[in-house]
Amino acid sequence: MGIEGYLVVSTLLFGLGVFGFMARRNAILMLISIELMFNAVNLSLVAFNAFLPPDTNTGAVFALMIMAVAAAEVTVGLALVIAIIRTRQTPEVDQYSDLKE
Amino acid sequence: MAVVTLRNIIHSAVAMMICFGSLAGMYALLGAPIVAAAQVLIYLGAISVLILFAIMLTQAGDANLPAPFHRQMPIAVVVVLAIVGLVGWAVFQTDWGLAEAAGAAVDDIATALFTDFALPFEIISLLILVAIIGAIYLARRPEEDERAN
Repeated sequence: MGIEGYLVVSTLLFGLGVFGFMARRNAILMLISIELMFNAVNLSLVAFNAFLPPDTNTGAVFALMIMAVAAAEVTVGLALVIAIIRTRQTPEVDQYSDLKE
Repeated sequence: MAVVTLRNIIHSAVAMMICFGSLAGMYALLGAPIVAAAQVLIYLGAISVLILFAIMLTQAGDANLPAPFHRQMPIAVVVVLAIVGLVGWAVFQTDWGLAEAAGAAVDDIATALFTDFALPFEIISLLILVAIIGAIYLARRPEEDERAN
């Protein structure tokens, strides 16, 4: 399987992430979709690193750093979602429409 | 990959774990074993458990599952098809030079991580520390705030 296969998988995964982020109503599932997009970018970075000519390890290092940033992001995101759910009693994002307390 | 279409969110999370596992296999196929190991550790180990824990904490076992999709789903389908079509077209139009799976050795990555990328490495550790402190602050129970006041 050449680089096109990995890039097509990465594109489909990114598309699924965008779709889930835009179309689902559950806040936690929106976070899962963000994780899917992170993984798609990671896969394309590692594929570029493995296949394209400048023979360095920059892609793998970038992928590791993106993983660390994604871990930090999902930590803060889940804390925010849990705090919102505790006040609103629902995980559905289209019921978060008012900013009044 | 049915992560975004299932109605029950726990099933979605399990599908997400399967997806992360197969991605780890792909990294191993691409000759990046350190990235595959980090994928298993961070995504399969940490993030999946965190998400499952949050789901268990918030669902409270109610059986009436609402409709999963937002009313802007048709727009989302159009936008996603446009993105995937455009990027797929770009992938197949480009001439990708010499394509051979080279692979990255673990010690080379370690050397690069601590010499060329030492400053981003330290900044990321600081970022994770800040994220942990912020998460603890956000997830604190409101009663403790009232008690502190």
